[in-house]
Amino acid sequence: MLQNIIKVLSKYGYLFADGLWITIELSLITVLCSSVLGSLLAIARRSRLLPVRFLCTAYVEVVRGTPLLLQLYFFYFMLPNLVPALKLSEFTCVVIALVFNSVAYVAEIVRAGIGAVDRGQMEAARSLGLSSKQAMIHVVLPQAVKNILPALCNEFVAIIKETSLASTFFIGDIMTTYKTINGFTFLIIEPLLIAGIIYFCVTFVLSKAIAALERKMKASD
Amino acid sequence: MTDKYEHMIKTVDLKKDFGSLKVLKGVNEHVDKGEVLTIIGPSGSGKSTFLRCLNMLETPTSGQIFFEGTDITQKGISVDAHRQKMGMVFQHFNVFNNLTVKKNITLAPVLLKKKTQKEADEMADELLARIGLTDKKDAHPSRLSGGQKQRLAIVRSLAMEPDVMLFDEPTSALDPEMVGEVLQVIKELVKSGMTSVIVTHEMGFAKEVSDRVIFMDDGNIAEEGTPTELFEHPQNPRTQEFLSKVLY
Ligand SMILES: Nc1ncnc2c1ncn2[C@@H]1O[C@H](COP(=O)(O)OP(=O)(O)OP(=O)(O)O)[C@@H](O)[C@H]1O
Ligand SMILES: [Mg+2]
Repeated sequence: MLQNIIKVLSKYGYLFADGLWITIELSLITVLCSSVLGSLLAIARRSRLLPVRFLCTAYVEVVRGTPLLLQLYFFYFMLPNLVPALKLSEFTCVVIALVFNSVAYVAEIVRAGIGAVDRGQMEAARSLGLSSKQAMIHVVLPQAVKNILPALCNEFVAIIKETSLASTFFIGDIMTTYKTINGFTFLIIEPLLIAGIIYFCVTFVLSKAIAALERKMKASD
Repeated sequence: MTDKYEHMIKTVDLKKDFGSLKVLKGVNEHVDKGEVLTIIGPSGSGKSTFLRCLNMLETPTSGQIFFEGTDITQKGISVDAHRQKMGMVFQHFNVFNNLTVKKNITLAPVLLKKKTQKEADEMADELLARIGLTDKKDAHPSRLSGGQKQRLAIVRSLAMEPDVMLFDEPTSALDPEMVGEVLQVIKELVKSGMTSVIVTHEMGFAKEVSDRVIFMDDGNIAEEGTPTELFEHPQNPRTQEFLSKVLY
């Protein structure tokens, strides 16, 4: 088996490198887009308008209550039909599906991060005459960021693993690489092991880095 | 400017419910310029709720609150502008954890354009000297003791040059050895003529600084009077019962 692994690596190693790059690219784009949109969604959920709050909550619940794979299928097959004019690439459809999914989770992260800031901070700011927006910007959000940032990094790690589902559509990520090599060589275990080790190394290193970041932020209080 | 209104603060039939719980049951009270009013009463009687209504941190269920002649419970009124003139000190200090000691003081006056950054800095230096925290001005609040945090919270409010100060049990969360230093700052403040409303469990302090004391019980003002009247000759049996519990 070890021989096979070495053979696969020497012959198809470059495919894994390409796969790793696409996985990271996909995950990065997703986490960046969903960080921005998720923060906006979290803020919208605090709106004074009931319909706005209702829509945002409904969105979060629907996303969290349906499987990601189903969402991927939905966007992959529906989006090009719904808006044919845009000529969306497969990659774009997958990105949109992943962002659609991740936004809901990021919104919850941001909401929890704001919620974890002591209510007294907002009250003190308001009692001085600051508007709720000023209090949010100058007092609450800077404190919430300390809760939000590590959780967002963890979301990034989760997305890295979730992108593997997108290999259903052969978009070239690590899992797609496995499928490709399996097609060439009919080997199963060996390319799977290699893919697993790559995933593990990336997520392990990132998790450790996040934990270190978190410790540092706590210390700077 | 002065005396366009009768009282600095006046509440008319102020009621506050939390769901089915009636916390304030129609409070008619007033505070005059320069007056020091303390509020005592058992836990849960609505003292904090009353105080928090005065600057609209709680929205009253019904009734009116006049601040310097303006009904601040009206729809569409800018509460923020009125809050600038009402300082509030909280039981749990609520100093801004993300800002340095000095920034805690200068944030609001600068943001609300009451002062330039330079003016605010100068004022902060003065205020910090007054409470003996000059050497901590660039530290973050996590480096301060409870007593230091509360003194900071007091001068943070003063930096807005308020017309009235509201204190909600300013010493209840403090270790006993730090109570004195905070009470001292408040004493100096009221001596300088600052209109104040103080919720407190420190009866000795209430006796010493108050012009008037009110005893709240179950959402109503059960009794009020000068410190001598209320503490030496309480008329209401509920007041007598409460005082006998807290004084001995
Ligand atoms: N936001 C809220 N939601 C629901 N109930 C509340 C809220 N704030 C206060 N209450 C209730 O209202 C009642 C009066 O509370 P309040 O804090 O005004 O009492 P208090 O006189 O200040 O008591 P203490 O001496 O313990 O501070 C209590 O029964 C309390 O549980
Ligand atoms: Mg209270």
